[in-house]
Amino acid sequence: MTGWTDSSKTDLPAPATLPADGMAAMAAPPVVPMPPALRFVASARRFFRWLTRTEVILSLIMLFLMFYMIIIPLYRMVMTTVTWQPRDVLSVPSAEVGGLTLYHYVRMLTGALSRIYMFTPLQHSMVIATGATFLSLLIGGSLAWLVIRTDMPGRKLVNQLALIPYIMPSWTLAQAWLVFFKNRLSGGTPGVFEYLVGKSPPNWLAYGPVPIMICSALHYYTFFFLFVSAALMSIDSNLEEAGELAGATRRRILRKITFPLVLPAILSGVIMTFSKVMGTFGGPNILGTPVRYYVVATMIRGSIGVGDKADAFVLAIVLILFSLIIINLNQKLVGTRKSYETIGGRGFVAQVSKLGNLKRVFLVCVIIFQILVIVVPLGLLVWSSLMLQDGNYSLSNLSLQHWIGPRGTIYNHGEPGVLLNPKIWRTAWNSIRLALSTAFFTAIFGIFIGYAVVKGRGTRLSKLVEQLAFIPYVIPGIAFGAVYIAMFVKPLGPIPALYGTFMLLVVVSVADKIPYSSRSGVSAMMQVGRELEEAAQISGASVLRRFRAIIFPLTSAGFVSGFLLTFITVMRELSLIILLVTPDTQVLASQTMFYIENGDGQMANIVILILISIVAVGNLIISRFRGGSLKKGLGM
Amino acid sequence: METAIIIGNLTKKFGDVVAVDDFSLTIDPGAFLTLLGPSGCGKTTLLRCIAGLEDPDGGQIYIGDRLVFSHARGISLSPGHRDLGLVFQNYALWPHMTVYKNMTFALEVQKLSKAEMDKRVKDSLAEVQMEGYEDRYPREMSGGQQQRIALARMLAYRPKVFLMDEPLSNLDARLRMDMRGELKHLHHIAKATTVYVTHDQVEALTMSSAIAVMKEGVLQQLGTPDEVYHYPANLFVADFIGNPKVNLLDGIAKAGNRVEIGRFAISTNTDNASGPVVVAIRPEDITISTVPVPDALECIAYSVLPSGADTTIVAKVGRVEITVTEPGTSKVAIDDQLWLQFDSDGINLYSKDSGNLIPNQ
Repeated sequence: MTGWTDSSKTDLPAPATLPADGMAAMAAPPVVPMPPALRFVASARRFFRWLTRTEVILSLIMLFLMFYMIIIPLYRMVMTTVTWQPRDVLSVPSAEVGGLTLYHYVRMLTGALSRIYMFTPLQHSMVIATGATFLSLLIGGSLAWLVIRTDMPGRKLVNQLALIPYIMPSWTLAQAWLVFFKNRLSGGTPGVFEYLVGKSPPNWLAYGPVPIMICSALHYYTFFFLFVSAALMSIDSNLEEAGELAGATRRRILRKITFPLVLPAILSGVIMTFSKVMGTFGGPNILGTPVRYYVVATMIRGSIGVGDKADAFVLAIVLILFSLIIINLNQKLVGTRKSYETIGGRGFVAQVSKLGNLKRVFLVCVIIFQILVIVVPLGLLVWSSLMLQDGNYSLSNLSLQHWIGPRGTIYNHGEPGVLLNPKIWRTAWNSIRLALSTAFFTAIFGIFIGYAVVKGRGTRLSKLVEQLAFIPYVIPGIAFGAVYIAMFVKPLGPIPALYGTFMLLVVVSVADKIPYSSRSGVSAMMQVGRELEEAAQISGASVLRRFRAIIFPLTSAGFVSGFLLTFITVMRELSLIILLVTPDTQVLASQTMFYIENGDGQMANIVILILISIVAVGNLIISRFRGGSLKKGLGM
Repeated sequence: METAIIIGNLTKKFGDVVAVDDFSLTIDPGAFLTLLGPSGCGKTTLLRCIAGLEDPDGGQIYIGDRLVFSHARGISLSPGHRDLGLVFQNYALWPHMTVYKNMTFALEVQKLSKAEMDKRVKDSLAEVQMEGYEDRYPREMSGGQQQRIALARMLAYRPKVFLMDEPLSNLDARLRMDMRGELKHLHHIAKATTVYVTHDQVEALTMSSAIAVMKEGVLQQLGTPDEVYHYPANLFVADFIGNPKVNLLDGIAKAGNRVEIGRFAISTNTDNASGPVVVAIRPEDITISTVPVPDALECIAYSVLPSGADTTIVAKVGRVEITVTEPGTSKVAIDDQLWLQFDSDGINLYSKDSGNLIPNQ
């Protein structure tokens, strides 16, 4: 008796020829050729089955939402720049409102105004972004190396403290800088520097590119710190030991082995920092605007302010193109999207460099650095807020007027102290509400996108979702805000005009976070793996039950971390929403900017302090839940 | 009670890759059928199609008398409605639930009473000898224990069909041996039709009532372990099954059941072969003699590999290697001169062109 090979291609499965041990072959029912109507029913059923698959439904919902939140606004913005706007009629009488034109581009790129409106700000933005990126790399990279790869004492503590500047708004340092270094140029009151030294600091030190660069770097170095330390941790020390056995010197190993392995992390830090600084508004507005040192971000705001929306959008598009170019360059350099993905901390035992006698020197330097970027700025803000008259440094001038003073004094345009001001309370509540709701929706988006992408892996739909989710990454904050003005001033189909509503702030904040939430959603779903859900599926559990009993509980740790991260970043977000807030929807971050612009710097400082306290408290509360942490939220 | 599974012309593609290719197979009620093949042969995909976790691109599947999938009619029952259980390679125990919760999850879906659930859990745990583990979390158990719980979870909701996707491959060799016996016994008690996926031929041979050998999505042979081992349908199956591997030698079939392998000639039981053939003979069907015997192939011992119960000897004639196994510890030493006798009952002949077995009339 021989075995049996299936070579039949008939409709009937061939019977198995098994020995007579009680197993009998069963004949399959024959397949009858079907009439076209039934064939149509069958393909309709197949299509319906595909359509009702959870990952397909989620993909379609997310695609629709992202289309609405990202693509339409971008489209509207581009359309605004290439059509005649009502106000153009003033300067070009022949303009036909709504007709196509390249007028705005010609004006912004070639006209007499191009230098003032476009090229000088662009140059300034580039200078600042380049300088800040370089400085951040230097600071963040060295700190990461000290913490991960040396025997410096107190590394754990430094590891914790290094992230604090990240939770402070990026312009905190700018405001503190101003308190210290301002000269008589603005407001006429002397800064701490002048009080201590007796000489007014020069303009280049008080305002403009140098302080903007330094202040940005002291905020954004945290990216490099996180990326590089994760990369250093994930390097298998065997690789370096292999180099050592081959007789290479330490320096050579560092240059030839360690550095190339950390390079992707560095480059992803570079894109992130560069495009963030390009689109940042707070610092340049505080330190640049008083000396008319405009960058693209402040220019966009200025143009919107005077009603030149189309000009602002041209600037925003230029900003987006710059981000795109940089990301493409990075991809060319590193290959694929390695840099965008996190380098997984696989936790190898790192080889530690012995610092010897320098150990303490390094530690002291690091401590001084931490004090300079955390304690001193906050101290300056507190001190300034306690001065009755700004710039009067005598003890008798200390007062709580700005905190709890009554209404109707000569100070602060007659406004009461911040803590007694119902407007500020409302603003604070707006901030918290915005941060919480954004964090909530972002987390939901993250899980849904993660599910859609991971479950549908390999399909075109899954790739489309992933690619669309990546788009906001290349749109700098201020440009995103501008995009949203374009879209939501007028109603769009069934969607009402959202301009001026709180909803709009939530929508733009959620949209801005999509790349990050989808990334963490995808990695959370990958960790859960498909089998756990499939096991539930086989048990007969419905989709809702599977999400409730399996997927949500298993992704909750990532959920909490992501929630925390979003909460913090939204609380201190300024560039994104500065163009979209109205007096009713004011949040703390934008409130500080309005106080500063109004000359009420001391009030602004108090609001910053309140903002930081809320973030710190939020951080404490949320990190108590199920091991959520900022680091995890950042995908480290 | 016992359920047959009938797979007809099933096709599953992933992009351009055809994972399962026009596959037909009938699994008898109560059978322990093993899908065996190298990794990437489509066996897991086929299992997932039966479970309803993949949507095939063509064909049909019956489980019992229910049509659970038909491409032509656009029918596909969801996994939960197919009345089957699946044990995953990595067990897929829900890490955030206790053993009890893991086991009652499906029962809650079925809305069983608390008393009934308790009874089912107790019985199922007893069947896998894991009584008293109700309150453990998966991570508090060893791999072998998790494996048993995964089985118990499936037993608790009493599906008509058991599907198992390489359930033993994550266990160490010792535990794997024990679990084979357990699984076979469980199948005996539960009498559920079982489809078992593995790439381990020993597992397939020891446990199955029938084996389906697959390669590149196509069924190569369906048969009992005995048939698959002793009468492989083609050279792929012959080569894949058996450890140490079968000896494959090129020969020319002549009249009178003779096959010439170079200058050496053997007699076979196959009387209708002619022309170029491949001679397949298992290592244990060759006897070794250290003194000259008639009709034996003279060769030199190239290497001797004792493993306790038997000894594997690799002999060489020119550049041709022949593997032989002898029970117990062999006295043969490397470089010894040997005479090999081929047992004609153990010889299969394959067509040189098609690679298929030449049937023995």
